[in-house]
Amino acid sequence: MATKEYSFYPGCSSQEGASSSNYLVSVESMCEELDVKLNTIPDWNCCSASIGYCGGGELPRLTLSARNLALSEEHNPGQDVVATCAACWLATRETAERLGEDDDLMAETNQALAEAGLTFKNENKIRHMVEVLIDDFGYEELGKHVKKPLEGIKIAGYVGCQTNRPFGIEGESFENPKYLDKLVETLGAEPVENYEKKVSCCGGALAFSEPEKSQALIKEIIESAYDGGADMIVTPCPVCQMNVEVYQDKINAKYGTKFHIPVTYYSTLMSVAYGRSAKDSALGGQIIRAKQLEDIANK
Amino acid sequence: MADEMKMGTYICTGCGIGDRLDASQMEMIATREGKATYAKTHDFLCSQAGVDMIQADIDAGEVSNAVIAACSRRAKNEAFNFQDIAVSRANLREGVIWVRPDTDEARETTQEMADDYIRMACFEAKHMHAPKPSDEQSLNKHLLVVGGGITGMTAALEAAKAGYPATIVEKTGQLGGMAGRLAKKIPTRSPYANPAETEVADLIAEIEANSNVTVCLNSTVAKTEGAPGRFDVEIATESGSTSTIQVGAVIQASGFKPYDANQLPEFAYGKTPDVVTQAELEDLVKAANGDAVKRPSDGKEISEVVFVQCAGQRSDKEGHLSYCSGFCCNASIKQAMYFKDANAGIDTTVIFTDLRTPGSGGEDFYRSGQQKGVVFTKGVVSEVEPGSDGHTVKFKDLILDEDTAIQADLVVLATGMLPNSGVDPYAAEKAAAAEEEEGEEADKGDVVATVDVESILNLDYRQGSDVPQLVHGFTDSHFICFPYETRRTGIYTAGPVRRPMDIAQAREDATGAAMKAIHAVENAGKGRAAHPRSGDLSYPTFRKEGCTQCKRCTVECPFGAINEDEERYPTFNESRCRRCGTCMGACPVRVISFENYSVDTVGAQIKNVDMPDEFDEKPRILVLACENDAYPALDMAGQNHIEYSAFVRVIPVRCLGSVNTIWVTDALNSGYDGVILMGCQKGDDYQCHFVKGSELAHTRMSKIDDTLQQLNLETERVMTYEVAITDVQRAPKLINEMAETIEKIGMSPFKF
Amino acid sequence: MSDMNVAMVERYRNNFLKEVEHNVEEGDWVKMCMQCGVCSGSCPLGPYWDHPPQELFMMIRAGKREEVLTSTSMWMCTSCYNCIVRCPRELPITHIMHGLAHYAKRLGLAPKEQPTFKFSQHFWNNLVKKGRVNELKLGLSLYFMNGLVEGIKTSLNMAGIGLGMLKTKRMSPMEMIGGHSVKDTKGFHAMLKKAEEIEAARVEKYGKGS
Repeated sequence: MATKEYSFYPGCSSQEGASSSNYLVSVESMCEELDVKLNTIPDWNCCSASIGYCGGGELPRLTLSARNLALSEEHNPGQDVVATCAACWLATRETAERLGEDDDLMAETNQALAEAGLTFKNENKIRHMVEVLIDDFGYEELGKHVKKPLEGIKIAGYVGCQTNRPFGIEGESFENPKYLDKLVETLGAEPVENYEKKVSCCGGALAFSEPEKSQALIKEIIESAYDGGADMIVTPCPVCQMNVEVYQDKINAKYGTKFHIPVTYYSTLMSVAYGRSAKDSALGGQIIRAKQLEDIANK
Repeated sequence: MADEMKMGTYICTGCGIGDRLDASQMEMIATREGKATYAKTHDFLCSQAGVDMIQADIDAGEVSNAVIAACSRRAKNEAFNFQDIAVSRANLREGVIWVRPDTDEARETTQEMADDYIRMACFEAKHMHAPKPSDEQSLNKHLLVVGGGITGMTAALEAAKAGYPATIVEKTGQLGGMAGRLAKKIPTRSPYANPAETEVADLIAEIEANSNVTVCLNSTVAKTEGAPGRFDVEIATESGSTSTIQVGAVIQASGFKPYDANQLPEFAYGKTPDVVTQAELEDLVKAANGDAVKRPSDGKEISEVVFVQCAGQRSDKEGHLSYCSGFCCNASIKQAMYFKDANAGIDTTVIFTDLRTPGSGGEDFYRSGQQKGVVFTKGVVSEVEPGSDGHTVKFKDLILDEDTAIQADLVVLATGMLPNSGVDPYAAEKAAAAEEEEGEEADKGDVVATVDVESILNLDYRQGSDVPQLVHGFTDSHFICFPYETRRTGIYTAGPVRRPMDIAQAREDATGAAMKAIHAVENAGKGRAAHPRSGDLSYPTFRKEGCTQCKRCTVECPFGAINEDEERYPTFNESRCRRCGTCMGACPVRVISFENYSVDTVGAQIKNVDMPDEFDEKPRILVLACENDAYPALDMAGQNHIEYSAFVRVIPVRCLGSVNTIWVTDALNSGYDGVILMGCQKGDDYQCHFVKGSELAHTRMSKIDDTLQQLNLETERVMTYEVAITDVQRAPKLINEMAETIEKIGMSPFKF
Repeated sequence: MSDMNVAMVERYRNNFLKEVEHNVEEGDWVKMCMQCGVCSGSCPLGPYWDHPPQELFMMIRAGKREEVLTSTSMWMCTSCYNCIVRCPRELPITHIMHGLAHYAKRLGLAPKEQPTFKFSQHFWNNLVKKGRVNELKLGLSLYFMNGLVEGIKTSLNMAGIGLGMLKTKRMSPMEMIGGHSVKDTKGFHAMLKKAEEIEAARVEKYGKGS
């Protein structure tokens, strides 16, 4: 199969020493196995996620994403823009759509971009990595690369919010998307059927500002995974991953629960199943270690 | 048919009947016990070969009364549709083999079931005659349309275009009705964004240009007599002159009148001219003739308009309407647009509790209103306080849960519609019943009292001058199956006299009613029933010698089909009749019958089942099932192979109203252990095809307990149920429950 | 009270709906709400809102300007987009909430002690500085956003989490010194400045028109 190329928008949290740097490592391994070439957008900037709105008005925020897209058009012409972070994908795609619908906003945005010597033409699709996997490869093709099936592991597919709403993955419902379950099955593991909190909110950025309220939401997400008999949780979103993984001790202390469940990225699972090492799969990035994955990776 | 009766029995062994049942035994029963002239078996009776075999016998004069022992009478109607002979059907498929298990233990009782159905069908056939049209009928394609509003004009034009001349009788001096009073109408076409022209002028022009439509203005209907196909209608003009026309059918489009807002003093109606009804706002807009509507009290410019939804509607308060009139939310959106389209700076607020915008475009129209800046506030208005410069509308905001107020230059009350349905023929009866109950029923009467009580049709019927009403004064019609049919055959109501509706719905209604009226005159011309037994040629006759002039038949006929002659004997108007047989069920001396449906056709079936000995432990249960709902439900149970007791014998009846209590008494006297009557839902939300049949049957059967006690029988042996066509599981269950009851209380002592 | 707020009150008088339509991101959708309440029932933090979106929309129509703009409600939005996908009228509710929050801040009416108000402002300041978010500095600034004493307490409380992040190399002390940045900071800052200028001019212009 010929190499597939995409213009890649990694986002702040995947930078070295940042909270989802492990996500990027496993994505890179996964892409190597699938012969996917990610061309990072040179000098990309933050998209402001969906939390910068206090200081940032509509136009400044749109301009942030438009700058990335303009850089992509200039340096990676003709390539779909791919993001691994849910918030990055959402903010970028939203920008492309809103500017596509509103000529005035588009003109104003380009007026601002001109200050940095850039022009945005809105030429390319903005996609999440999961879309690339499902639409450009498909489950069957993804399954062909499995060298070490993840047998005997039961995994709750926590889709969360922003990879699911408002755009979501083509062909999936907002209330019960199945793609993570299908992917888990493709990799030889067992999905948790009817995972009740599959698309519930973890609090997102409000985990920082409203910790108690968010942790109450996170508790339910983990509890529901346990109720389904899960050994671990998998997610496509850096914020989901971090929120659900790092607060388990706090939740245990407050609610008297005994949560200790690993939370991984789909790319972590794929990297392990594709036969890559624990290091390539960034298993060292798990604060709650994924022992079962380590065992398979070290086999 | 004076010829000697020759009865042919045709037994089908297809569809597995031959595998499950002994056909030769059934042949023998047909000829020996059923006294059939002959019996023939065919392995595919509904095939062309099978049908040809029967037709050949008919053509050869070999058969006058045929028994088809095959599938349900509801199946293969086209194949077994033979002219000029009487046909009965024994239901061996849906009624026997499909509801019984195919086991050795069940074989004997299943065969007994089939044998009985052969006996029953033979005896039914024996008492049947092929129905023929009476000689009363003639084809009159002329239609009368009462009311020249949007509904009446539409109905007349639709009929005229189809080749049926129409005469419109309009009380006022011009066509157009309430719609003619409107400046614009709610849009009826995509994109449903703006108020549309009413099209009243176009319709009037179209009527004037159509030679098939005659218009009588300033006229009323002074008298209507006769029956479908031959109504004589006396038209009176304002000047006092009268003329008479003959019509085949009548469409009543007498419309509505607006609720009297004087009953709403809390909204300051009458206290200031700045509080108007929706209808009065239309007048203001029309009078302004394209200019801005000014504040009525002082001619000042209007900057704030408030619409009060559900004014005197959907309310339990005395003098208010309890129902939703359906059109008023859309009407307020339209009227708010009058202001917004003229001047976007005018504030318009619609205060509603539930915004109801029926019709395909309703939601789009609502959205368009929002786009234009009409503000929609969910709240309940408590009071309008008049002021010297603008008025205060006090309301409770239901979203913000607070009492608040808004200023208005003009307050528009969305009041409801009251039907112009004339005099309710059963008003006295209803009032008596309500008094008896003295409950909620009494309230419903209040509204009727405010309705125009002048007769619209002046029917010369024994049963009153106008068509019967259901609730709130709207005319009665079978809501689900026959919305346009009133309870007077050949008279169709359309538009808001039937139920609250807007222009779009009224025009659709008018078209439907015109089509039904055409259907009625065509059938009347052939002496056939129009509906629900469409095409039925049978009609009731009575044996004058036996009649006691008790009048049960004339009173109980739900359709006012029976008049009285000078000697006070009933006169049956065949074309007014729906052929339900309620008169037959009512007759205490059993002198009323149809050619192919009578006390005997059913009675003989009941008496001729093989009644096992008391010690055989084989009870017999009789089911009299309405052919419209309960019988198809049982057929469907068969199609789904839902089993029920082999001890049951089911006889379909035209309507439970046709069940004469003699059948029940006969059954009990003949040794049946249980009797079940299955009819349709009754009451205000009835599903009975014949409106009152099921209700009458329930009333009659409520008195059967005395008979049972006289016979020393348990009252559980006779049960009457309301069964819907969807009760596919429940209907067999009711049968099985009766079988269990009998097991508990024991066999009937009346077995001989 | 900010000058701009005074100016807006003057401009729009009693028509807060119009003010929202002109000046709030996606604000022209507010009039399209049909008050079904599905948004309120779908919000993960719904119980904590003083006024759920449905109510905010009604308040805007009722002209409750002060109450809306000083409310903590829209700062409770987690951006989960549940309301957006469920709204039968397809209102971009999430964006309207962000827009209301931003507008309240612009006018100086936003509740300054509201934690998400603070966090959101910190996040923006952080990203604007170098074009990319510095998670460590963002986190620390957050812990200390309620003052030094509170900050030390929060830091200690969160130490376990920080340690886990450090150990797994998902947090780096190096960020404290330099940290990630876009190369063209000059162009980046010029671009943002321009965008802000254009937007401010737009707010100015709309007001005068009505």
